[in-house]
Amino acid sequence: MKFAIQINEGPFTHQAADTAYQFTKAALENGHEIFRVFFYHDGVNNGTMYGVPPIDDRNVSAIWSELAEKYDLDLVVCVAAAQRRGIMDEDESKRHGKGAANIAPKFRISGLGQLIEAGIEADRLLVFGD
Amino acid sequence: MSTLHTVNKSPFERSSLDTCLSVVSNDSTVLLIEDGVAGALQNTTASSSITDAMGNGVKFAVLGEDLGARGLSADRVMDGISVVDYAGFVQLAADHDNVQSWL
Repeated sequence: MKFAIQINEGPFTHQAADTAYQFTKAALENGHEIFRVFFYHDGVNNGTMYGVPPIDDRNVSAIWSELAEKYDLDLVVCVAAAQRRGIMDEDESKRHGKGAANIAPKFRISGLGQLIEAGIEADRLLVFGD
Repeated sequence: MSTLHTVNKSPFERSSLDTCLSVVSNDSTVLLIEDGVAGALQNTTASSSITDAMGNGVKFAVLGEDLGARGLSADRVMDGISVVDYAGFVQLAADHDNVQSWL
């Protein structure tokens, strides 16, 4: 079955980001397909590679990157939510005159159309938030 | 059309479980996750509304990992509520026609 995932919370605000990760991992391990993971609202904070949590804490953006590498996941960060919160890829960083990009590996920045498409193409859309 | 409802708030903090139960249809399942797992415990003020919904055919499940993370033993879960893991969560999502998250 094809699942799409929407995440509305960052890694340090609510358990939603962890639940979404565990659900996605379990779905993949049980032979399902993840059409797309869409990071919206504060959820875009899962997509920065500049977070350095303590060594005994989980690193949510790193484990998403690893999972995406293993299963070739499409991790999409909402562009408008990302701009507000300073999540930038190389192009966005240049366009806004910022010094550097900070988007984590395997994440990409795109628009809400990607969420709508995921809702249409996937068999189920699950929303994780507060 | 069957729906999997996920409730992630404790019924002692927010009214999302009650709101969910007021619209849930009898071919659906309510899965309690995150702080929502508190609603699955025996002999609480939420128990009677869950028992009533069960009487109408609504099925209930609770995420075992979230019980454990809160120091709650599966022994304390009400009869009739099944304890599932994340793979069980995925299976429930696949088995119903759609998923409604009560946030």
